[in-house]
Amino acid sequence: MQRYDDLTELLLQLGDSAMVQAQRLCELVGGAPALEEEVALMNVGLDLVGQARNWLEYAAERINDGRTADDLVFHRDQSDYRNLLMVEQPNGDFGVTMAKQFLFDSWHYAMLQSLSDSSDERIAAVAAKSLKEVTYHLRRSSEWIKRLGDGTDESHTRMQAAIDKVWHYTFEFAMPAEYLAQLEADRVVPDASSLHQRWIGTVTSVLSEATLVQPEPAARNYLSGKDGLHSESLGYILAEMQFLPRAYPDANW
Amino acid sequence: MADWTLFEVFVRSKHGLNHKHVGSVHAADAEMAIENARDLYTRRSEGVSIWVVPSTAITATASDEKEALFDAADDKVYRHASFYELPDEVGHM
Repeated sequence: MQRYDDLTELLLQLGDSAMVQAQRLCELVGGAPALEEEVALMNVGLDLVGQARNWLEYAAERINDGRTADDLVFHRDQSDYRNLLMVEQPNGDFGVTMAKQFLFDSWHYAMLQSLSDSSDERIAAVAAKSLKEVTYHLRRSSEWIKRLGDGTDESHTRMQAAIDKVWHYTFEFAMPAEYLAQLEADRVVPDASSLHQRWIGTVTSVLSEATLVQPEPAARNYLSGKDGLHSESLGYILAEMQFLPRAYPDANW
Repeated sequence: MADWTLFEVFVRSKHGLNHKHVGSVHAADAEMAIENARDLYTRRSEGVSIWVVPSTAITATASDEKEALFDAADDKVYRHASFYELPDEVGHM
């Protein structure tokens, strides 16, 4: 596996996570529980595609081997993807879809908060712009967790089951210090060491308001999105997403 | 979603003083109605403030009352302020 410098790796993690989450949301076109909800979900997806473009254009410039952001998205295999394991998981029922969205949003929010104070001006600018969008994403998904968790007996049971189902992928949100230590020292990612604490703070407050039980901290396992060790789900997403540009490299519109 | 409530949506534009009716959304509660309205009606800088009101809270005139309510004044032109000369200082009114 190709490993780049820490900053480029971080850009790939941010860009790939946004891209894969957006692709998962796209699956709900025509399949969301209500028309209004479908529009809202696609708006979130579109925001994330825009963010992915910003991060990956920067990554492509740093990699500097002639590839563009589009090439990175459509012509990399899964072992070169750096997205969080959470976002590649199947959508499941609406409870699982929202559990994933909320856990990702709360991590994303804490991360962008740090990055908006980055010593790297370009990162700070993209993060500040993205943070406005993600503040809304988090508000929306938090409302759903509370509404379903503190709703009927059935919605409560299913929301708890959804949180329990995807919770173990949160071990990645407590990123090992060595990965970000230097970036934190250089103030590229200020407050990296408090990232996990800020993330869990949001989660605890929303889950408790939703009357849901917060699972024990997730144990680390052999998978690792930032090392390109993905669950099998990612391959299926990429196959669908990359088929057209790979089969018809000159396709245009 | 059959039991979701229909809400009427009112948006105040950036330079507007009053909220204007723009359409309606279905939602399970008022908070969701605000979010759905934001996603449907204000993604392109259309507004800076949203009101949502359950459609059932609105009392409307019936269409067969139109003549009785609105046509009666048509032959009383003096009710309109068009016979007064406005001093220039008043400006646009």
